[in-house]
Amino acid sequence: MSDNLIEIKGVRHAYRTKAGPLPVLDGLELTVPEGGFAAVVGPSGCGKSTLTRLIAGLMKPDHGEVWLHGELVKGPKSTVGMAFQNPVLLEWRTILQNVMLPLEIVPTKMSKREQEDRARKLLALVGLEGFEDKRPSELSGGMRQRASLCRSIVHKPEVLILDEPFGALDAFTREDLWQTMHKVKAEEPFTGVLITHDLRESIFLADQVIVLSGRPAKTQYVMDVHLTGERDIEHLYTPETAEALNILRHQIQIAQGRTTENGGAA
Amino acid sequence: MTVRSIFVPVAAIVIFGLLWELLVWANGWPNYVMASPSDLPPAYSRYWELFIVMGWQTLWRTVVGLMLAIVFGVLLGMVMGFSRTMRDALYPLLVGFNAIPKATVVPIVALLFVGDHNFNTILIAFMISFFPIAVSVSIGLSTLEPEYRDILASLGASKTTIFWKIALPKTLPEFFGALKVAVTLAFIGTNLMEIVSPHGRGLGALFDSGKTNSDYPLMFAVLIALALMGIVLYYVVVVLEKIFAGWAERSPTY
Repeated sequence: MSDNLIEIKGVRHAYRTKAGPLPVLDGLELTVPEGGFAAVVGPSGCGKSTLTRLIAGLMKPDHGEVWLHGELVKGPKSTVGMAFQNPVLLEWRTILQNVMLPLEIVPTKMSKREQEDRARKLLALVGLEGFEDKRPSELSGGMRQRASLCRSIVHKPEVLILDEPFGALDAFTREDLWQTMHKVKAEEPFTGVLITHDLRESIFLADQVIVLSGRPAKTQYVMDVHLTGERDIEHLYTPETAEALNILRHQIQIAQGRTTENGGAA
Repeated sequence: MTVRSIFVPVAAIVIFGLLWELLVWANGWPNYVMASPSDLPPAYSRYWELFIVMGWQTLWRTVVGLMLAIVFGVLLGMVMGFSRTMRDALYPLLVGFNAIPKATVVPIVALLFVGDHNFNTILIAFMISFFPIAVSVSIGLSTLEPEYRDILASLGASKTTIFWKIALPKTLPEFFGALKVAVTLAFIGTNLMEIVSPHGRGLGALFDSGKTNSDYPLMFAVLIALALMGIVLYYVVVVLEKIFAGWAERSPTY
């Protein structure tokens, strides 16, 4: 058994459409060590969301294997937490009840009291203290996303899958949430995969950035991020970050087929 | 309930009654052309026993028909909401069935089950009112965003759990919207049977006897009684909606 918590080996997948098979993933490789946080970036429509569904066990790849904690993924496991761009909170529940939802599905040793305490603690951690009994419709987009984040980790998942969770937020709210993410990761360690369109976000949050090629996607480039110490927004404006961003931007252009490997126009 | 929320609708009804009275008075219509509101109290006081007995017959048969429509409509909506094939298969049938005027079905049903007056009446009330319920439930279920399913499915929740915890509550606002339409439709169904295939029961039969005896105030009194029962049943649905789907009503955002 390796120390990699998530291992994706040679995954190929095609959707069956009326116009014939539509390959979305072709040769995807991804490994995330325990406690690691990988960001996956790539051109739009390149199969990033398919990747999240594969890790979550919501679908099986045509070829290749997905391993979680040394076990081949064959179906959904309760050790996974998910959050999406759409916070999908249940409008008929209070924020607290929404956060507690996974505990109603996943077998837990916690008593009702402990479950509630844990949910309240997480809400306080993301800055939603005092909003426990509000309905989702009474919250702003950023606050709803915070609540969704709490729900995705309330059952202490080993793997947290974030599918563009901050994509629909305005720039300031997004930066706030990036910092909240760091706070959460420090308090509630998890192994994470973040799907994103935002290169700055990938560098700020993850310790590994994986660039996927255009459809059908394969792993095109992997970058290790070494932002030392506590990360704050200022880290995004240092020369090293600028350089890393440039490399990533260039890789995305290659993925889009707009530039060749040497930098010339295709 | 504020004073305003009671006062406004009551005032609207009073104004409507006054305008009606005025219209009849101004045109000098005798009451065999058009009865006026002032003709109603004498009609009610003369026939109040009949109104209570027959009103009750109409009411319970409507409510039973509506209950059946809810059960069948929700089941049908679930089948169509979850299965594309069933949706494609059943929609044309349903639309075709709904397009048939129910007045033409009444004699058929009356011949099919001769003498089962209660059953026939309930059947028509049911047939006329299940359609909006089935359609709204199926639309509510089939338009459930996949992420809602995924958050529970990724935890290993069963289809049944997802249905009870997410799909069903999420469909409730649509369901109650359809139920408000179905309530009034069910009354139409009951009365259709009572009038077209008279068997001496229900407000429809009372209307029919008013017609036979040229008792115009009685006919109008029946119509108003039906309207009142419709309003009452409608507001029962509104109260249920507030209890079970009150969350869907948003307070204004600032």
